[in-house]
Amino acid sequence: MIPNDIKITDEMVADHGLKPDEYQRILELIGREPSFTELGIFSAMWNEHCSYKSSKLWLKTLPTESECVLIGPGENAGAVDIGDNQAIIFKMESHNHPSFIEPYQGAATGVGGILRDVFTMGARPIGALNALFFGAPDYDKNRHLISGVVAGVGGYGNCFGVPTVGGSVNFHKRYEGNNLVNAMAIGLADADKIFLSPAKGVGRPVVYLGAKTGRDGIHGASMASAEFADDADEKRPTVQVGDPFTEKCLLEACLELMKTGAVIAIQDMGAAGLTCSAVEMGASGSLGIKLDLNKVPCREERMSPYEMMLSESQERMLMVLDPEKEAEAEAIFIKWGLDFAIVGETTDDLRFSIWHDDEEVANLPIKELGDEAPEYDRPWTVPPKQPELTDVPAPGDLTEAILQVVGSPDNCSKRWVWEQYDHLIQSNTAQIPGGDAAVVRIDGTNKAIATCADVTPRYVEADPMEGGKQAVAECWRNLTAVGADPLAITDNLNFGNPERPEIMGTFVHAIKGIGEACRALNFPVVSGNVSLYNETKGKGILPTPTIGGVGLLPNIDQMATLAFKTGGDAIILIGGHGTHMGQSSYLRDTQGREEGPPPPVDLTLEKKHGDFVRTMIRSDETTAVHDISDGGLVMALTDMALASNLGAKIQIPSDIDAHISLFAEDQARYVITCKPGKTSEFIRNAETAGVPATRIGTVTPSALNIEGHVTISLNMLKTAHEDWLPNYMAEA
Amino acid sequence: MKTTIIQFPGLNRESDMIMALEKVSGAKVKTVWHTETSLPDTDLVVIPGGFSYGDYLRCGAIAARSPVMKAIIDHANKGGKVLGVCNGFQILVETGMLRGALMRNANLKFVCKRVVLSVENDSTFFTSKMTKGDKVACPVAHHDGNYFVDKETLKRLEGDGQIVFRYADGTNPNGSLNDIAGICNAKGNVIGMMPHPENMIEPLHGKIDCRPLFESIAA
Repeated sequence: MIPNDIKITDEMVADHGLKPDEYQRILELIGREPSFTELGIFSAMWNEHCSYKSSKLWLKTLPTESECVLIGPGENAGAVDIGDNQAIIFKMESHNHPSFIEPYQGAATGVGGILRDVFTMGARPIGALNALFFGAPDYDKNRHLISGVVAGVGGYGNCFGVPTVGGSVNFHKRYEGNNLVNAMAIGLADADKIFLSPAKGVGRPVVYLGAKTGRDGIHGASMASAEFADDADEKRPTVQVGDPFTEKCLLEACLELMKTGAVIAIQDMGAAGLTCSAVEMGASGSLGIKLDLNKVPCREERMSPYEMMLSESQERMLMVLDPEKEAEAEAIFIKWGLDFAIVGETTDDLRFSIWHDDEEVANLPIKELGDEAPEYDRPWTVPPKQPELTDVPAPGDLTEAILQVVGSPDNCSKRWVWEQYDHLIQSNTAQIPGGDAAVVRIDGTNKAIATCADVTPRYVEADPMEGGKQAVAECWRNLTAVGADPLAITDNLNFGNPERPEIMGTFVHAIKGIGEACRALNFPVVSGNVSLYNETKGKGILPTPTIGGVGLLPNIDQMATLAFKTGGDAIILIGGHGTHMGQSSYLRDTQGREEGPPPPVDLTLEKKHGDFVRTMIRSDETTAVHDISDGGLVMALTDMALASNLGAKIQIPSDIDAHISLFAEDQARYVITCKPGKTSEFIRNAETAGVPATRIGTVTPSALNIEGHVTISLNMLKTAHEDWLPNYMAEA
Repeated sequence: MKTTIIQFPGLNRESDMIMALEKVSGAKVKTVWHTETSLPDTDLVVIPGGFSYGDYLRCGAIAARSPVMKAIIDHANKGGKVLGVCNGFQILVETGMLRGALMRNANLKFVCKRVVLSVENDSTFFTSKMTKGDKVACPVAHHDGNYFVDKETLKRLEGDGQIVFRYADGTNPNGSLNDIAGICNAKGNVIGMMPHPENMIEPLHGKIDCRPLFESIAA
């Protein structure tokens, strides 16, 4: 065991991920050399993951308020009002580095962490989503990573008992060596009973709840704040091990305890464990915290104060309790077989004081630990614009091109993944994965929550600002397409090394784009997470700002789905035929080209078209609705056909090349169907609203027929769309 | 029908089951914690799905040895009705109240999807409103539902009408022997099944095929 009063060397400072000037700041702040435990605490609080030191300046520019926002960024998760004194609490968080090192546990504990963020606030989780990004299909570790991550996400969520209702899976060579796992959770709480982290009252007990502390995950947050070199596998011990059974018991115990009124403040132990949770509770409540580490329930023997303060063992909580309800609280935790220990108290001296074996091993100013963390205005450059495309040749065989696009790794069905997730538990799932957005009913009401997670990383790479806008716009469009009022988002910003000006430039512009879209669509950011240093051997990932959105369906009977309903229904294109082929799936999947600027996002059109579609859904004027995104019009039609086992006969204009109108990825567009007799009325309504709407065809009993061009059987489409992933995963 | 739901730590489909029992069967449901040693006055005991004790040992093995199980066995021995769904089925098998074993799914993966069940025995308390040969859509959600039993016992189960549900139309999701999805004991008062009929009872679920099962309870 390293002694607490050891002399701190430059090497130790560097090993703790602290820069020399940051260490200088520590010396100035406390006026002496820190103890070893104190150095560990600073390293935990001041790393990128916990301090947001490179991103804070830019995150502040995002809009965080609207009429529905109850709690914005800064708490464990954000909260929006859904009426009837009910609130939806949600957040997305990455667990990228751990999931590369140890895919099953890395992904599992990512899910566990985000669920805890939500139920810490008093909400019962009612839905989970995840956005996963892996290397190109020929990457040799891919199958190992995919099967491990998917099993880990499922293993945790299924056992915990939350329906995993949505998400996405994408592939690109830039994620090789640094796959991404972004996990999102949504919970339901009474709007007037949301629990927060600021401690209140001096001399109150600080209580440790949940699982015991072990040596797992020590320095996990610091590991997540550095790039990978060849030694990634050696970092396995920094990955935590998940126990979803204990988490389920912790959920039930916490919700039961919250009902008693005993909880004054609560914070889950996530990144940087006991350190971060205690500092957060004290600093936000303007109180000091004194901890006696001999009282901490430990799983292993002879753990040092340093290890206890930095352990990231899972399924743990810290609370400030009403002392009068201590016995009642303890009984609840004993019933659920969980540890309950008073490990300290709140104080009035604003110090973070840690005791072990009757010796004070750390005494630091609690507010400064968080507030005085370094904050950087990192240099950034303006990302170069991509040249316009000059040639987009027609395919030799249009049928072949369509099958390539609908069956490409990014566009194919992800059934192989989501059938490993329990998406039905709780009995409220109204739309399972595979639609535009998942829909979950609010138990005992006729309301429902729509939710989805979106980003198109290749767009962000080609034009960070437009790509940032597009991620928000697509999320908003997907919620709209099921008939929901989009309420708010959580953003999970995955980027490379911010110390490189071109990466920082990408980050800055993506944030600008996200902010602009959020403002235009009244779709604020209420929570989020930043994951930087996603690089291996000096190569960064595609910039991936994943946007998780939540919307409200006031009446679930007016929910739209994408499946065609009846032969003879009219098929109407909203937003006009597209022409934009830059960064399209067509270019990538049929010609191996990732070129050109991404489709521009006109937020005014996006709002106008979306609002019209939602109004039509609510007036029962539509029979099916789907947004147009990756793969263009033909991908949307294929999804609608395969979901229903019905076909379509489609006319495309003669003045645009067929491959352009079928594959263009212009934004703000939808395909809808309506009863044949209502077509002219529908188009008149669109004209009145100033929305382009064109009848492009009719639902038929079978096959996708693009008149004058191709007829493709549903079986061929289905084989292309459904078989790629299971076949890929079955290959040795 | 007086109905009691047993709660073990780690079970997670009890609210789904209570919802189905109350909405369709009109049952008044009481819940009993696993440490109890007696049951309230009850006609039917239901053990719902989930991951009792995390299923870290063999699924259901720890729950099968908990204090409340003795009371449930006594209840069944006196002719009381018992229904175990998913983890509940695994627990009943672990107690020996039902024969066989539930092994890991043949493809070794958790599976959540809709399957088709055929009703093989229409004289039980859970199938009386159905007719033998009826087919119903019903979801499954499990990692260990691959039913296995020795040849002799299988012959007896098949011969005595103890197979209550079978996966039909090629939808066996887990490799179960003879497509077995649910069985009962010799007296027919203890039923176990892997699929989740409680998740297919209202239009929101896409189909309402499993309502008659819960209506059977009310009958």
